[in-house]
Amino acid sequence: MNIEETPLPGIGVRRELRLATGRRVGVVTHRDGHTELILSRVDDPDACAASIPLSADEASTLGQLLGSAQLVAQLTAEQEDVSGISTHQIMIRKGTAFAGRPLGDTQMRTRTGTSIVALLRGDDVIASPRPGEILKVDDLVVIVGTDNGLADAALILQSRP
Amino acid sequence: MDPTTLSLIQLGIVFFALGFLGRLAGRIGMSPVPLYLLGGLAFGNGGFVNLGGIDDFAHIASEIGVILLLLMLGLEYTAKELVTGLRQSWMAGLVDLVLNMLPGVAVALILGWGPVGALVMAGITYSSSSGIIAKVLGDLGRLGNRETPVILAVLVIEDLAMAAYLPILTAVLASVSFLGGLTAVGISLAVITMVLLGALRYGHMVSNVLDSPDRESFLLKLLGAALLVAGVASALQVSAAVGAFLLGIAISGGTAENATRVLEPLRDLFAAMFFVLFGLNTDPRTIPPVLGVALILALVTALTKVATGWWAAKQQGIGVPGRARAGAALIARGEFSIVIAGLAVASGAVPTELAALATTYVLIMAVSGPIAARYVEPLVRVVQGKKPEPAI
Repeated sequence: MNIEETPLPGIGVRRELRLATGRRVGVVTHRDGHTELILSRVDDPDACAASIPLSADEASTLGQLLGSAQLVAQLTAEQEDVSGISTHQIMIRKGTAFAGRPLGDTQMRTRTGTSIVALLRGDDVIASPRPGEILKVDDLVVIVGTDNGLADAALILQSRP
Repeated sequence: MDPTTLSLIQLGIVFFALGFLGRLAGRIGMSPVPLYLLGGLAFGNGGFVNLGGIDDFAHIASEIGVILLLLMLGLEYTAKELVTGLRQSWMAGLVDLVLNMLPGVAVALILGWGPVGALVMAGITYSSSSGIIAKVLGDLGRLGNRETPVILAVLVIEDLAMAAYLPILTAVLASVSFLGGLTAVGISLAVITMVLLGALRYGHMVSNVLDSPDRESFLLKLLGAALLVAGVASALQVSAAVGAFLLGIAISGGTAENATRVLEPLRDLFAAMFFVLFGLNTDPRTIPPVLGVALILALVTALTKVATGWWAAKQQGIGVPGRARAGAALIARGEFSIVIAGLAVASGAVPTELAALATTYVLIMAVSGPIAARYVEPLVRVVQGKKPEPAI
């Protein structure tokens, strides 16, 4: 990904990404250290639909939220107060290793000890899916297992080929 | 009453009133500069209080106010930003200069104020207010917009041009002979070039000398250096304000940020005094006769600034709404125009109506600039016949 950097004399620096949809999303870092999250408009790509001021803490938390490895760690932490078994939903994202492949290929039970109990596809619920069921992009995989097992499962489903 | 006691009471009244005006400006989201000018007009001839007791203080305070205004303007930019800005946007800067100086020159010549008056009016109509514009861009959430760097580049070049213009102006205002003026201009331009080059290479040394972990000694060193440099610059026929501006450019990095922080309240105090004094020295009765001219000048120079921004944004491949936003954002004039008028009036080389025209003009432009910047977007949409789409 290319990050475009534009100096704003007297104010700070703007760093942004051009998304596949043509929109710009990025950050304005002010001289005094505070940040603004910016997102360009749909109807006027030169302009911003939103510029949201963030404190240093908020900015770094948002950054972690956007990184999937940290997401898993956070999910684990959230479930810590529930003893034993937990349920998680993990989304099959575009470009991940198992998008378009049968469920059985993940070997989830063997590798992590967790069970895939359902697939949520749009408004449909596929309960107790068979190993031959093809995983599609945007499917939500519902998994039951121990916290450690779920964290491993999330890593497997989010891995890239 | 003891003169000192009287001065204290008068000064108290002035600052107290300015405080309320500043708060009012913040409430309605505008720059306090026009309100300070109005405050000065009200206090002056036939105003509420006769301010004879604080004349001396007001003069030195307003002088310090200009020095701090320019010093902080210099602090906002690094020498590198100035040089890069100049290299990338000199064309836009040239269009800006020609389009916006011409109306001022024309008005001065039509009113018979001669070449000196023309030079002064050129500066007044040329210089956009970086203070007002930077604030408006932030308030409207446009820092992420693609036309914003274009606007800022134009402002950077204007400020650089001011660094050359102000000493030329001071030299012309001060000197009687053409040759004397030319020599003074030559000296001042040479000094500026040297300082700018020095700032590029040795700026960190200046910063190191001034820097101090202790707030108090930092403030004193900084203020001392600013006054010293301004004074020396003034003695060399380069204006005091430009000396301060160049010092500001030479200070860089963390020192510049800290300097901005400690100097801001001081600048607000003394700069307010400067605007009030300018208002005080303008007789409100001279305004009605120049009101018509000021309105026409305001309209024309609003259009020329829109044309400048439009052209500059178009060069960067920015769409029609962005071009309009860039143009409208540049309309606001403010502190610089008053600084120029103040220098001219103090020298006595221009007619008094010029002060009245400058005050009226800045009152109109400082108020209408942010309004234009805010409402240009819906206006473009109406002209283009587009319905507002959901933005997200």
